[in-house]
Amino acid sequence: MGLRRVVRHSAWICWKDLLEFSRSKLRMVMLVLMPLFMMMMVGFIFPTGDSISQQPIALANQDLAVNGTSLGDSFVAQLEAVNEQTGMMDLSDAVGFDDIKSKIQDGEVMGGIIVPSTFTSDILAGRQGNITVLTDQSNPQMSATMQSVLTQVIEQMGFLMAEQNLNQTYGVSLEQAPAVLKPYNVELKGIVPGDPNYFEFVAPGIMAMVVMMSLMTGLPHAISYEKDMGTLDGMLAAPTSRWAIILGKVMAQSSTGLIQGFIILLLSVLLFGVSIQGSILLVLLLIILTVFSFVGLGILITSFADKEETATMVMMTLMFPMMFLSGVFFPIQQMPSFMQTLASFLPLTYAADALRKVMVLGAGTEAILTDVLVLAVFGSVLLAVAVPMFKKAMSR
Amino acid sequence: MSDVAITATRLTKKFGDFTAVDHISFNVEKGEIFGLLGPNGAGKSTVIRMLSTLSTSTEGSATVAGFDVRKEAAKVREHIGLVSEKMIMYDELTARENLTLFGKLYDIPSDVLEKRIGKLLDFVRMQQWADHRIDTFSTGMKQRINVIRALVNQPEILFLDEPTLGLDPQSTAEVRELVRRINIENRTTIILTTHMMTEADMLCDRIGIIDRGKIVAMDTPAGLKRSVSGSDAALFEFEIPNLDSNILSSVKSTGSVSSVVQDDPTHIKVSSVGDDSFDILVDVLRKNGAQIRTVRNLEPTLEDVFLKITGHEVRDEVAKAPVPQRRGGPPGMRPKKRVR
Ligand SMILES: Nc1ncnc2c1ncn2[C@@H]1O[C@H](COP(=O)(O)OP(=O)(O)OP(=O)(O)O)[C@@H](O)[C@H]1O
Ligand SMILES: [Mg+2]
Repeated sequence: MGLRRVVRHSAWICWKDLLEFSRSKLRMVMLVLMPLFMMMMVGFIFPTGDSISQQPIALANQDLAVNGTSLGDSFVAQLEAVNEQTGMMDLSDAVGFDDIKSKIQDGEVMGGIIVPSTFTSDILAGRQGNITVLTDQSNPQMSATMQSVLTQVIEQMGFLMAEQNLNQTYGVSLEQAPAVLKPYNVELKGIVPGDPNYFEFVAPGIMAMVVMMSLMTGLPHAISYEKDMGTLDGMLAAPTSRWAIILGKVMAQSSTGLIQGFIILLLSVLLFGVSIQGSILLVLLLIILTVFSFVGLGILITSFADKEETATMVMMTLMFPMMFLSGVFFPIQQMPSFMQTLASFLPLTYAADALRKVMVLGAGTEAILTDVLVLAVFGSVLLAVAVPMFKKAMSR
Repeated sequence: MSDVAITATRLTKKFGDFTAVDHISFNVEKGEIFGLLGPNGAGKSTVIRMLSTLSTSTEGSATVAGFDVRKEAAKVREHIGLVSEKMIMYDELTARENLTLFGKLYDIPSDVLEKRIGKLLDFVRMQQWADHRIDTFSTGMKQRINVIRALVNQPEILFLDEPTLGLDPQSTAEVRELVRRINIENRTTIILTTHMMTEADMLCDRIGIIDRGKIVAMDTPAGLKRSVSGSDAALFEFEIPNLDSNILSSVKSTGSVSSVVQDDPTHIKVSSVGDDSFDILVDVLRKNGAQIRTVRNLEPTLEDVFLKITGHEVRDEVAKAPVPQRRGGPPGMRPKKRVR
């Protein structure tokens, strides 16, 4: 059977699939909503530093003035000044520990700050002034963030105080004071300009994942659905090669996968502040390579699953580990080593890695050569296995 | 060229240990309507699937349009059309789009295809619905499109697997008429399956009765019936409101009549022999002033044939065969038992 004929037939089958797709309102809406939900969801599960704002915090200033001066009052004034700039907290007054505790339990506040009654007297007597920070432990993620933010604020204030003390007591100039107090300073600097944000980390991975899903779930679903409906018989009884059927389906699924990939790209740039450092063309080629690497797997699942239900079950089982182990959401380097080994067998790992390198780090072809090679080999091997399996499965 | 459209030789299909089709052999002549008649689970669809290259046989061989179904499947596919149990149509597409897709899979050039689709739509009087989506159609309309869809490649041989399943009486009649017209106007060889005796009787030139994977009888409908009654005898029931002893005795003394039974004051059953026995009987009755209100031909039906040959009635093989669900319609109507 001539190659041109196969391609022509597959184009018609793809036309049919896309036409069906475009006539289904639900599927059209999902095409846009799914990537949007995915991005939003990720944004909500993983709060970033700057997503913390106007958190309700209770403040109890119990400090007793000594000789008319209250260092607690000036601490609070400073805290309020800092907060005015960052807008992180929404401060409210509280009486003491028990009051704050009950407010946290009621969900009124996320945390609390207590300036103890001995604050001024301790400092004047040459002791450290203790400040207590209370957090809502039922929300560990928030609690940890609040804790570190408050600790930083308070430390920063302590540092300013110390500088002044040094200056007044020992005559150290204010310019030299920081070097005396903190001889080492760490300056964080990424290799790309601007602040890294979590979306930049996840967006490339999600793109790869959506493309994977549209092939791994879409392809078996599309074929087993037609098998169940009996329409597949119409194509099988026509003088059309099985290749044309599978190619047509792959083309249709890839198109929707690509469209979703681009929607994610667009959303990331427009709504989530992601900037693409590398070449867009390279990103495009990588998405197409990702499609290729998953086609074989999709066909393989299709041939194993004789019914739609089985297809759904098999792909669910395969997809979840892929999603979570492939470094789409969490960096692989943070996983235990055996998980890292496992991740190295998953093609999504390489697709996400390559896309991330190009999009976030602006890498060129040399940097992603390994990824490209692995994806190409994985795709070819699975395709070589899947096609005979599919042909066999088609003639029951 | 031979006159044979289909040959099946010891064709067998096993699903694991279960033999769905058991060494079936038959020929279908060109231009013929051949019926495979059998209950649910008999193996009708499996035979159709093997002949239309959708399923490979476990044993035996078959040729369709002169090509081997296994070795020359691609060639076979060019010459056949298939109407299977489930409708082969995409609901979200229009009638024309469905026909176009399949036409293109047969490599029909666009201009030819466009004209052909127009003609086919005319053929089933569906022109004005051409650009409407299939899911807006009634089951009867869908089936008409489904049937012409199998004709886009102008097949020599058309497979129809239970073409009237799930249709109401009017649509059933329409589809049967359509089948006849396809056979006559296009000289298309047709092989159809059914579990309905009347359908096989009405449409088929020859019938193969299939039961539990085996062909248990094969003949013309008339031949099958004769095999039950054993001769060209016929049994008629007349309803005569003014029935009297004079009329009764004149019928009894007619030469072709072998027996007369009176069931009640107005009904008689007459057994007679000979091709023109019915005409003779009516003449005799008229001459004696009988008013004939109704006549029924109580000739043996295919049901009788089936009962006699298999020793069991045509009914679902409950344990083995799940009733296939047809899209968009209720399951097929069971044949009613003959009312006496
Ligand atoms: N793919 C399959 N796997 C296993 N068994 C099958 C398969 N297809 C059919 N069978 C079995 O083979 C037997 C014949 O099935 P077939 O569909 O050919 O019957 P049929 O005569 O068309 O009946 P119906 O009137 O229900 O359509 C049935 O018992 C059925 O359960
Ligand atoms: Mg059947």
